[in-house]
Amino acid sequence: MARRMMEGSQAVASAVALCRPQVISAYPITPQTHIVQELGQKVADGDLVAEFVNVESEHSAASVVLGASATGVRVYTASSSQGIMLMAEVLFNISGMRLPVVLTCVNRALSAPLSIWNDQQDSISVRDSGFLQLYAENNQEAADLVYQAYRIAEDHRIALPVMVCMDGYILSHAWEGVDIPDQSTVDAFLPPFEPIYKLDPDQPLTFGMFMEPDKYLENRYMIQNAMERAVGVIQEVAHDFERAFGRASAGVMEEYQTADASTVFVVMGSLASTIKEVVDELRERGEKVGLLRLVSYRPFPQDLVCGALARAKSIIVIEKALSLGGPAPLVSELRSAFYGRPAQPGVTGFVAGLGGRDITVDTVKAALERARTGAGVDGFLDLRTDLELEGE
Amino acid sequence: MKITLGGVGQPGTSLANKTGSWRVNLRPSFLHVTCTACTLCALSCPEGCIYGKGRNTYYPDYDYCKGCGNCANVCPVDDIEMVSEETALPVGSLVFDDDDEFRSMSTG
Repeated sequence: MARRMMEGSQAVASAVALCRPQVISAYPITPQTHIVQELGQKVADGDLVAEFVNVESEHSAASVVLGASATGVRVYTASSSQGIMLMAEVLFNISGMRLPVVLTCVNRALSAPLSIWNDQQDSISVRDSGFLQLYAENNQEAADLVYQAYRIAEDHRIALPVMVCMDGYILSHAWEGVDIPDQSTVDAFLPPFEPIYKLDPDQPLTFGMFMEPDKYLENRYMIQNAMERAVGVIQEVAHDFERAFGRASAGVMEEYQTADASTVFVVMGSLASTIKEVVDELRERGEKVGLLRLVSYRPFPQDLVCGALARAKSIIVIEKALSLGGPAPLVSELRSAFYGRPAQPGVTGFVAGLGGRDITVDTVKAALERARTGAGVDGFLDLRTDLELEGE
Repeated sequence: MKITLGGVGQPGTSLANKTGSWRVNLRPSFLHVTCTACTLCALSCPEGCIYGKGRNTYYPDYDYCKGCGNCANVCPVDDIEMVSEETALPVGSLVFDDDDEFRSMSTG
């Protein structure tokens, strides 16, 4: 185990290489580029024995890893923003064929207006694709989730693809100290991929075959059940990870100062680090504030989340994505999860940080204040008042 | 019947799905009068279920023919007609009992 200063993208690329993928295919897009650039370099230098397939689009990149995975080899791809959108059709096919593809989504806003900066609208928009979605708080976790993602995806109880999400720039381009394990540790944790079915010219098979109305529903039901089983498998793999690597993994979620908290923030991704600062500061003043950081958005571990938040009076969700014309995705899901349960905390949802706007300590404190004065009233944080908004 | 993970199955399983039931009233009738064996009917059939070899030998497999009418439309010598399902097959039409024998006929 060596702790090295490295860029988030390098940390992810190093973790991917240690998982010994045999086929990598990707199309470069900001801010994902450094990950696949680094992997391409490793293949070119002979440090990683893999086929690196250059393609002309993200649709093709996803299609290449779909086909390669069906032949029974471990595969990897990565993308961001418009690239995820272009992959969308294939993502549903990958999960429908139960192929354990691992994909890093370096989160970036969607056009239009054009923005290369961070929010989480890209991965949230493919929420229903059948990929598990795990959100990293920092670069160590963005790397650690890769080893775990392959274990979870290739588990025969699950057989579904995993998307590891990391905030663009905030993580992908930030330099931090990251522990990169040695090959033997990863090999012991992650055995070779054993496919359930594989394409073989001598014994041909059809994947994702035509299903009429009398069977399609059952197929989708099976995927839904696998997703629900995945909550337990993620926890199990996190436990194994801790034993193998000597550091903790959060599993489906992390609780920070929630035991006695009356107000709990719920967020995903790197924003959690900022909120931990706020929690520490407010706790010094005696305020009972905590944080629940959701790692696994799909599957949504609603029993565990509701259990952890059962004692809270007020829950504040801050999310970097919208569902235009409806309540924001995470807050609506959280409210729905509490429906019919004995504990009924107030839930207030805020949208912030879209298109890369910084979410600062002051932003978080403003959310706290607004939830105190207007619990349950959702809204945007840090909206500028000095701009004329045409038509408003 | 087992639903496999990922809808994985043996190749050729679409043969079990007999799409002939999709036809609505009309089916092609191959007249076998002026056929030149140009093969356009077989090539334009979206089901790939028209078989034959040589002039006046082409037939659709009615188990799969959806009655789309492409074959009748493309036939350059008007030797295929769309007729009501109620109409009897032309005198001399071949009736295959064995599907494999039928499909083994070349479309050349």
